[in-house]
Amino acid sequence: MTTITVYDAMAQALAEEMRRDARVLMFGEGVATKRAELLAEFGSTRVRNTPLAEGIIAGTAVGAAATGLRPVIDLLFAPFLCYAMDELVNSAGKLRYLSGGQFEFPLVAIAMTGAGWAVGSQHNHNVEAWFAHAPGLKVVMPSNAADFKGLLKSAVRDDNPVLFFVDIGLLYQPGEVPDGETLVPLGQAAIARPGQDVTLVSYAKTVPVCLQAADALAAEGIAAEVIDLRTIKPLDEAMVLASARRTGRVVVVHEASRTCGVGAEVAALVAEHAFDSLKAPVRRVTGPDAPPPASYPLEQAFVPGVDAIAEAVRALVRKLH
Amino acid sequence: MNPVSPAAAARAAASATTPSAVIPRLDQPEALLEAMLLIRAYELRLSARSAQGGTPSTCTAVGQEAAAVGVVSVLTADDLILTNHRSAGHLLARGADPGRMMAEVLGRRDGYCKGKSGSLHISVRELGVVLTSTIVGGELSLATGVALSQTMLGRPGIVACFFGDGAAGEGIFHESLNLAAVWKLPILYVCENNEWQAFVHRRETMVGERIAARAAPYGIASATVDGNDVDAVRTAARAAIDSIRDSGEPFLLELLTYRLRGHFEPDDQAYVNAAELAAWQARDPIERLKARLLAGGGFTTGDLNGIDARVNARIDAAMAFAEASPWPDTSDLLTDIYA
Ligand SMILES: Cc1ncc(C[n+]2csc(CCOP(=O)(O)OP(=O)(O)O)c2C)c(N)n1
Ligand SMILES: [Mg+2]
Repeated sequence: MTTITVYDAMAQALAEEMRRDARVLMFGEGVATKRAELLAEFGSTRVRNTPLAEGIIAGTAVGAAATGLRPVIDLLFAPFLCYAMDELVNSAGKLRYLSGGQFEFPLVAIAMTGAGWAVGSQHNHNVEAWFAHAPGLKVVMPSNAADFKGLLKSAVRDDNPVLFFVDIGLLYQPGEVPDGETLVPLGQAAIARPGQDVTLVSYAKTVPVCLQAADALAAEGIAAEVIDLRTIKPLDEAMVLASARRTGRVVVVHEASRTCGVGAEVAALVAEHAFDSLKAPVRRVTGPDAPPPASYPLEQAFVPGVDAIAEAVRALVRKLH
Repeated sequence: MNPVSPAAAARAAASATTPSAVIPRLDQPEALLEAMLLIRAYELRLSARSAQGGTPSTCTAVGQEAAAVGVVSVLTADDLILTNHRSAGHLLARGADPGRMMAEVLGRRDGYCKGKSGSLHISVRELGVVLTSTIVGGELSLATGVALSQTMLGRPGIVACFFGDGAAGEGIFHESLNLAAVWKLPILYVCENNEWQAFVHRRETMVGERIAARAAPYGIASATVDGNDVDAVRTAARAAIDSIRDSGEPFLLELLTYRLRGHFEPDDQAYVNAAELAAWQARDPIERLKARLLAGGGFTTGDLNGIDARVNARIDAAMAFAEASPWPDTSDLLTDIYA
């Protein structure tokens, strides 16, 4: 194990995959400037700066992916995905299906999001649910350095378009990363902390918040299990349901706004398939239906905190008695 | 731009987009006329059927046959094509089987896309017709990536990207041209300026007459040519491709033509100026080629009638094939979503 930041874990993943497969290339606004180590090792054909034009960055990746390359694009901040939405949703997500399976789209689109840099909602907007709702795409949103590395490597190797969301607040967080080849399969959640009284389902930056809440609850005699989804699509339904059946209580926690968010999907999944095991209604602790603000205290207030999560759990546990 | 590495090129060749099916040679006048007649007959047969109801509608390329055949006939087997909703001309000129195309339009299992596309996004990878998109401008967004693969993987072909005058109003048109110029991508941008953008005349949406004028600001060479004259289109397209091969840079070729039928069948064209339509009907690309062949090409009326009869027999057989093709199994609803 070596302790490195999320940023460095991603850099390692990119370098290793580009070394392994000459078809992998990376481009975006400032990619060649900011990833100088990749440029030095792989050259300007495979590591490129682009014009400021997210539509054509994404479209170029889609066209290249269908015809033999394996592009990774950096679209900077998640709100900019709006400019690339057509290419990702209508082309990458649909042209395999509409062509009767004639094409594959092995590409990764990276975008940053989340509270932490006080940049406001045109740079911070957790839109992962939009892409989970679109057919043909995969969506990944890791919570720690090891998963960032292992999931990014798997995303590059996947033959489908993958949206890879980077929670800004985690970017310089250190974490232990296994030495040598490390791959985390897409579609597999992880039990970040086992427990039998309640299940906290989360992903990205709110996973560590859930772990803190679990610590606080443990002191009160409540054993919370924390599930880190890691991949939002395909969702690891089996792990969520198994845990829900074990604990009988589920709280879904995410920073993205509530309405039609990932939490709604998880709640519906549990209601449909594990209703008989539930001892209390499924609860959601999420960001509000508001644009994320810049001001530090407002930005922090947007994100589910330890207290709100612990309080939601206490309410569920009280319901039993 | 150099290939990535010989090993990568070899690996990529395995999954390559190198056309593998038979691509017809269209270099003799008779073959050119036959290809144009095939497109016309295909479109009219499907239009007649959809007018009766029960058959999905199409966007026809009637009136634009010389544009499609002219450009496609000078491409090589290595070249790739991207097209859009008005694609039948490009596909048939490239050698697509009208039976499988009609089966696709009818939503049948033997369609090129197993019936999942319908008429609007037919790709035929084995012919090098890739990533057909019916999002106006979609083909422009994808062509740069296809051309990037060609150069990085050391493949010889260029990329011909067909789009309409309406698509040139999308922002992605400008993004595509700029990136192709900056990265020196081998793209032949082919704008079929047919005066119509669905139900809006081009005059209402652009200042100036020529889409080709938009190439120069990006440092891209361009030409505008009579798109209803198949020989003129061939000459211009050949010169454009030579320019791409010599310079390694893209080229924008604008073909002046006209959508003789409506946007999407059935369409009574009540909104079309009758004098304008009549003027363009008088410049019908098929009639012009026929007249030329009769005047000095050594063809008789009997020869031309013979070609017509051949084409009609092919379309009869194609329609019969499509009608006999089974519907997809409903289990196909959930196939081809992920690789
Ligand atoms: C993004 C988008 N906007 C609108 C449409 C609806 N539409 C389909 S074809 C068309 C007209 C396109 O005009 P042009 O690019 O000139 O091509 P033409 O149909 O004349 O061949 C329109 C508006 C669409 N398919 N995609
Ligand atoms: Mg038009």
